[in-house]
Amino acid sequence: MQAIIDNNGVKRYLVTIQVNGDNYTRVVKANTLLVNFLREELDLTGTKKGCELGDCGSCTVLMDGKPVNSCIVLAVEADGREITTVEGLAQSEKLDKIQESFIENAAVQCGYCTPGMIMSAKALLTKNPHPTEEEIREAIAGNLCRCTGYVNIVKAILAAAGE
Amino acid sequence: MSDKYSVIGKSVPKMDGRVKVTGQAKYTGDLKFPNMLVGKILTSPHAHARIISIDTSEAEKLPGVKAVITHKDVPSLKYGISPARWDENIFCIDKVRFVGDKVAAIAAVDEETVYKALKLIKVEYEVLPAVFDPEEAIKEGAPQIHDEYPRNINTEIHQNFGDVEKAFAEAHHVRTDRFVGNRTYQCPIEPHSAISIWEGGKLTVYSSTQSPHYFQYYIAREFGLKMGDVRVIKTYVGGGFGGKLEPTGLEFCGAVLSKITGRPVKMFYDRHEMFAHNRGRHKQIMEITTGVDKNGKILGVHANFIMDGGAYTSLGIATAYYAGAMLTLTYDFVNYKFDMIRTYTNLPACGAQRGHGAPQPRYAFECHLDNVATDLGIDPIELRKVNARQPNTITPNEFKVNSCELAECISKAKEISGWQQKKGKLGKGRGIGIAVGSFVSGAGYPIYRTNLPHASAIIKVHEDGSAATLYTGATDIGQGSDTVLCQMAAEAMGFRYENMKIVAADTETTPHDFGAYASRQTLMSGSAVKQAGEEVKKQVLELAAEMMEVEVSDLDCRDSAIFVKSDSEITKPFGEVAREFFVRKGPLVGKGVYAPPKLGGKFKGAPVGTSPAYSFAAQISEVQIDEETGEIDVQEVWDVHDCGMVINPSLLHGQVHGALFMGMGESIWEQVLFDDQGKILNPNLGEYRMPTAMDMPKVTSALVESYEPAGPWGVKEVGEGATIPTMGCYANAIYDAMGIRVNSLPLTYEKVWRALKEKREKEKVSVGV
Repeated sequence: MQAIIDNNGVKRYLVTIQVNGDNYTRVVKANTLLVNFLREELDLTGTKKGCELGDCGSCTVLMDGKPVNSCIVLAVEADGREITTVEGLAQSEKLDKIQESFIENAAVQCGYCTPGMIMSAKALLTKNPHPTEEEIREAIAGNLCRCTGYVNIVKAILAAAGE
Repeated sequence: MSDKYSVIGKSVPKMDGRVKVTGQAKYTGDLKFPNMLVGKILTSPHAHARIISIDTSEAEKLPGVKAVITHKDVPSLKYGISPARWDENIFCIDKVRFVGDKVAAIAAVDEETVYKALKLIKVEYEVLPAVFDPEEAIKEGAPQIHDEYPRNINTEIHQNFGDVEKAFAEAHHVRTDRFVGNRTYQCPIEPHSAISIWEGGKLTVYSSTQSPHYFQYYIAREFGLKMGDVRVIKTYVGGGFGGKLEPTGLEFCGAVLSKITGRPVKMFYDRHEMFAHNRGRHKQIMEITTGVDKNGKILGVHANFIMDGGAYTSLGIATAYYAGAMLTLTYDFVNYKFDMIRTYTNLPACGAQRGHGAPQPRYAFECHLDNVATDLGIDPIELRKVNARQPNTITPNEFKVNSCELAECISKAKEISGWQQKKGKLGKGRGIGIAVGSFVSGAGYPIYRTNLPHASAIIKVHEDGSAATLYTGATDIGQGSDTVLCQMAAEAMGFRYENMKIVAADTETTPHDFGAYASRQTLMSGSAVKQAGEEVKKQVLELAAEMMEVEVSDLDCRDSAIFVKSDSEITKPFGEVAREFFVRKGPLVGKGVYAPPKLGGKFKGAPVGTSPAYSFAAQISEVQIDEETGEIDVQEVWDVHDCGMVINPSLLHGQVHGALFMGMGESIWEQVLFDDQGKILNPNLGEYRMPTAMDMPKVTSALVESYEPAGPWGVKEVGEGATIPTMGCYANAIYDAMGIRVNSLPLTYEKVWRALKEKREKEKVSVGV
């Protein structure tokens, strides 16, 4: 990773991160969080910030297919990696089956946890296409929702897996 | 029922479903404006301290800092959401009253600079003794938090209906119990945020708000602006639950910083700051005495409560009144006495959390009644059925109840939960419990005194008739009011729901509505929307009658098709007539307005708890307790609701699911903890312990048939009412499983384990004797 030192002596790094299929090359600080890289540098605000402590899961994205809390991943750690955000799920007009299922099963209320929740579900179904209800609950245990009691979210993921 | 209506009564998909699953929905924190600055507030590290001096010079020198403000730069006018006790300043002037009190604010080019600059402000404090316990706070000699309120008494209530002393004297059995609630926090997943833009003489604020109207009113008042020069726009809001009902330092400081710099200023709370700003549920200490006859019929009730209000009033006066007012709704008794003291303490201010002041007292009352049932040897369900309120009755505190299917809710909950087969037969460590509740469908009176109607709506049909837009001040914070109101608009117009659009909660473009609180929008905003829709329909049918050469009385309209009632083969598309209307007469617009009838008695505090209609519910839960560890495993929970006509069943059940979840958290895990200096020990979602998907039991949400004459199409509320019985139903199941009562919330594993250990030791001793 190429480092640049600015006039104040602060070291910055040149990173190339593939996000939703496109490569983005940017200069970041060592402490730039992946969530801020996505939201501030790329304007991908579908990835939400709820706690910045890794508790709530609102900022969940896929890094090389695995779900991570982008608020506790540094942008420099994502250099050369493939990131998928909620904006990268739908194929133009056609929604991912998990997105469809969230709408059909009324799994969305305020919607703030929804992108992170969907990304965790996506990671689960990619790895395990037919999970049990228990496996679904475990997979989204790191994604907090204050509105739904998770009832319709679990139902939506089960339904998406059943298709 | 579904045949009678085309749009309402159906689980149509949410208006905002697609934008939310794709990440397109923009919340306030997602917005960017050219030249925008970032602002943050410096808060107090002490629970109670005099401000000796504030030196901002170093912060001002930091490159990238554009403005630093303290109390000297802002109006000193006190504000608050409760007009009876305006006690907050934008910044503290003489002293700070809790860890997190507002001292200064900075706007800078980016987040990093603003955090650096905050550390450069030097504040010299003289630390004062602080008080954190409401019972200590009211003692003579306790630290005085506000000079105007001796003994830290913020609000004192004494209400007396009938003759409680006489009722107790005549009772077969009188029992007193004491319960202690917990300080909990709404924890919406979206942190508060606001963007203020001052252009010319006009202030625009984008905010994560539950009520653009109250924000507009209080911001205008604080800065001496005309209401028309303040525009508050709600974006998508990531949950509120009562925590986003009042303007915060983000709006007030942001407005000043934007004015000084001439640039848009974005301000936000991080998760810790949200806990410190608080306005969550009050911790109440609740002593309840009830006298019953030998059949368990309640003769009189005395509720004697103290609540910890924290450092400021917030919505706390209403909370204090609600705490007692709502206890009379579910059971039919005439003698009732309510005493309450809301105290100030040096902790973050408490406000209105889902269910407002009512859930904790309801928890106490429902647990207390189970104790009474045990004393009398009566099944808890039978005790409740003996006392259940009937329709068309009036409570001792003069609330008029129209529809009420509480008895039916209890019967149905008993049946679907298998109570008969389970109660007393579940075996060691397992228990089942019931509680009931009721809630207002909108408050009878607004938060500040005004004769404004409570809701209004405009529907404008597009010029070519292809769509219609509902303009409403009603505020969707996730519960789905946009969807429900569009369903109502479409039904009233005879229009297709799929062609409805909505513009909501923008004080400049949408007509007045008080917003999302007190479970008011389906009934109140819905009434205005129905009227607006009917006005559109009337105009369309009048023109159609002319065009079709038939009597208007012989025309009707459903799903955007106008038809002749006497010969339904003759039809005309709504769109065609609407287009013609525009050509001949200009915009096709309908408007509606709603004001509740005059409600309630004449005694002090009588308005709090009044409502055009009340929902009722019964909830039963079943739990398993590990007697070795005290661990509680909620197995299943059932809710049966009387909420009148249901507009969107799947959204309604979603509200119940969320309430059963939040109530479970408050019953078993959730509480904000402080150290002995008033610093929050667990200001994060992990240690606060919000429940996860792994904790959630199987839930059943069921309904009883009901029609409410005061609501449009017979509707009532569900959102907050579903929270009322919840803590009681879990606590009673846990009591049933343990065979011993823990009298405080949350019912942590440790408390359960200790109580069971004590019980076993007592049993050993008694066996030994």
